[in-house]
Amino acid sequence: MKFVLPAVAATATLLSPVLAEARQVTFETTLKPYGGNGAYVVLYVTDAAGAYKGTLWMAGGKAKYYRHLSDWQRASGGRPTEIDGITGASIGSGKTLKITLDLADAMIDAGYQVHVDTAVEDGMDNPSEVVAPLASAASGKPVAGKGYVKSFTVTF
Amino acid sequence: MLRRLHGLPGIALALVLAVTALTGVVLSVQPALDRAAVPAIPAAASVADVAAQVAARHPGVSAIRLRADGSLTAAFDEGGTRGVERIDPATGAGLGPYAVSDTIRFITNLHRAFLLGDAGRVGAAIGALAMLGLSLSGLLLLARRLGGMSALLRPIRGTPAQRWHGELGRLAAVGLLLSSLTGLWMSAGTFGLLPETVATTPAVTASGGAPAPVGTLTGLNTVKLRDLRELTFPDPADPTDVFTLVAADGERLVDAATGATLAMTPATTLERMNDLVRTLHTGRGAWVLGLFLGLASAMVPVLGGTGLVLWLRRRAARPRITANVPARAADTVILVGSEGNSTWGFAGTLHKALVAAGHKVHTAAMNDVSAAHLAAPRVLVLAATYGEGAAPQSARLFLSRLAKLPGQPAVAVLGFGDRSFPHFCRFARDVADALDARGCPQLLPMKRVDRRSPQEFAQWGHDLGDVLGHDLTLTHVAEPPKTTRLVLVGRELYGEAVGAPVAILRFTAPVDPRTGAPGPLPAFEAGDLVGIVPPGQGRPGDAMPRFYSLASSTRDDVLEICVRLREGGLCSTFLHGLRPGEGIDAFIRENPTFRPAKGRGPLILIGAGAGIGPLAGFVRANAAGRPVHLYWGGRSAASDFLYEHELAQHLAERRLTTLRTAFSRDADESAYVQDRIAADAPRLRELVKQGAQILVCGGRDMAEAVTRALEPVVRPLGLDLPTLKSSGRYVEDVY
Repeated sequence: MKFVLPAVAATATLLSPVLAEARQVTFETTLKPYGGNGAYVVLYVTDAAGAYKGTLWMAGGKAKYYRHLSDWQRASGGRPTEIDGITGASIGSGKTLKITLDLADAMIDAGYQVHVDTAVEDGMDNPSEVVAPLASAASGKPVAGKGYVKSFTVTF
Repeated sequence: MLRRLHGLPGIALALVLAVTALTGVVLSVQPALDRAAVPAIPAAASVADVAAQVAARHPGVSAIRLRADGSLTAAFDEGGTRGVERIDPATGAGLGPYAVSDTIRFITNLHRAFLLGDAGRVGAAIGALAMLGLSLSGLLLLARRLGGMSALLRPIRGTPAQRWHGELGRLAAVGLLLSSLTGLWMSAGTFGLLPETVATTPAVTASGGAPAPVGTLTGLNTVKLRDLRELTFPDPADPTDVFTLVAADGERLVDAATGATLAMTPATTLERMNDLVRTLHTGRGAWVLGLFLGLASAMVPVLGGTGLVLWLRRRAARPRITANVPARAADTVILVGSEGNSTWGFAGTLHKALVAAGHKVHTAAMNDVSAAHLAAPRVLVLAATYGEGAAPQSARLFLSRLAKLPGQPAVAVLGFGDRSFPHFCRFARDVADALDARGCPQLLPMKRVDRRSPQEFAQWGHDLGDVLGHDLTLTHVAEPPKTTRLVLVGRELYGEAVGAPVAILRFTAPVDPRTGAPGPLPAFEAGDLVGIVPPGQGRPGDAMPRFYSLASSTRDDVLEICVRLREGGLCSTFLHGLRPGEGIDAFIRENPTFRPAKGRGPLILIGAGAGIGPLAGFVRANAAGRPVHLYWGGRSAASDFLYEHELAQHLAERRLTTLRTAFSRDADESAYVQDRIAADAPRLRELVKQGAQILVCGGRDMAEAVTRALEPVVRPLGLDLPTLKSSGRYVEDVY
């Protein structure tokens, strides 16, 4: 399963309105073959102080299950406006979610971090199972998660 | 109309419903298995107890859940080891990793969504809606058939497919209604059609103190473990985080240091309702209910199969009416009351001719009469008569339904019957009277057609055309019934000496040249009718079949009938003249009402003359040895004692319990069968008291005499023959 997004106007705080000051960033999340129902996966960004800045993508359509993405729920307040227009289907066992966004230059190498929360029905809740820096030095280097994420790669 | 609403969606969705139902059956067993496998929760145990026990083994515990399947699990994360573990609720000890089996997960997904995600969920919801409609319409149809909602539990009569469909259907209906309603509720929840409870976590401030031992926290101690849904532990890295405790009565936030309950959000009515609906649908936590629902679901494929058989049979039986406009749009409605299908054939001819004359015509069975039919300007009723002036099959409910409907269309009633019977077109007369009584203007006075006469039918059409102001030519060619070739293989002749020749004739299918053995016979039971078309009656469409009661079933590998030779009788003369090896063209007509009731209750068989045929067949089929008492009357023991040797053998082998014969021409003890009944009154009364079923077969005069003799037998029991008739305990096949 692949989602390749062009420069969508998602969360205004994250995405650059002017392309000249922006860079295209690809987030690729591959899940382990855990063998259960589709996983709810959310990608969101915190700043250097750990404060929530915005959500990049919510994979999973039923709001009643969002409480199992507990870090995201706590950080974002779980408001529907946070994920308006950036919600897709849950990610199947062993499948990959790939999203491409235009991020403002100012956010790169500035201490911002991408968090990934995952949860599976009858399985584990994995708050912040991946926390990766938005740093050009880390570009293209896969990170493994603690839970269902086999590899998570940010490429600038 | 209701029948169509029940039948068509049922056929169309049978496969989908079978998948949902069968997966439901598998899942329904789960709660009972879980109950056996999952350790019981001690009544006194609190959430704090088990949280302390688990925390002692797993410092990195993040959540404890009491799942719908009854298992208690803990999720933990200790650096290298992470996972979900099953917990013994009594000791807090680990019972190994928690995992839902792949099979159950697969079946669950098949059940909810046919493995197709949200599109499949929509499909499953449509299936649930259809199941709801099918259950309700099925119950209504059955009630209508049995004579009202209060009669819904009465024995069902009819063909095997009808009986199975009805019996299983009413058994499963309660379970299917519950499953479909709760299923729909859950679908509505999934698609956000129910008001969502907005999870507003109240803003609380934790004390921020050093965490106290979990077991000492008051907020967790006051909640019983059996009420737990989920306990989420605070993030160890965040001193301001709190315990979130979701229980049956609501959600609590509990301070990790003081144990105080900082906030309590009570469960909403909707949440409680959702919980109840989930329990009712899955049977989780209510294993007996689960098994009951599973049993109901298991019947769905059988209902689909029998339903398909019934639907196909009805389709095949009824001639196709083309250009049938909806009742509301029609200027002329044709209502048909038919026992076999011949009246439908006439209706088809009339329909076609009216359409050709520019009318908008709707044709329906009389049983389906509705306000829409009676709102049409013109209603034509074509009605046959069954038995002693009773309504035919497709009109049985007509008069009672008519009484409840509004409308006074102009009407013309045409009766179909046989002038040689005493109640020639009696039902059509009743219908005409009822329509007259409600003030419907007459287009034409009621007319009667004798023995399907195309000439009389054409004459009526001509008269109708005059009223309508145009020519109406009805050229009716009866569809000849599909016949099977049968060959006479055995013939026994009785009663010649007493002037009443009766032949027992045995037929098989013609010998198949490839196997050298007779081919297969059509399916029939003793008591069914065989229609025989005598040869040499001009055009095949004109040939009127004669019907004889069958004395054998397909299992006997022979088709057997008793035929009394009638003076001038076309068909009986033909049959008596038949030599072994010669053939007939015959077809079977089911006669499901004239059949022994299921079970082991006693049977009282009464007949005279050739009427012994089906009764002998019932005795022959009584391998189980239920009590069977046969009363039979002939003329002379020496001449026309039909089946004498076979009946003696049945007595010896206990297929027949007692045999009482009466011979009217035997000088020393001349008697009729009704005399034997009167003499045996106390014994017969006792049998009826035990629930005996009475089956009568023979001539009309005999049947009337038997009725008179039986009335005083059953009256002391507070019963009468109409009551016994309506419950199927007194059935007759009279000619």
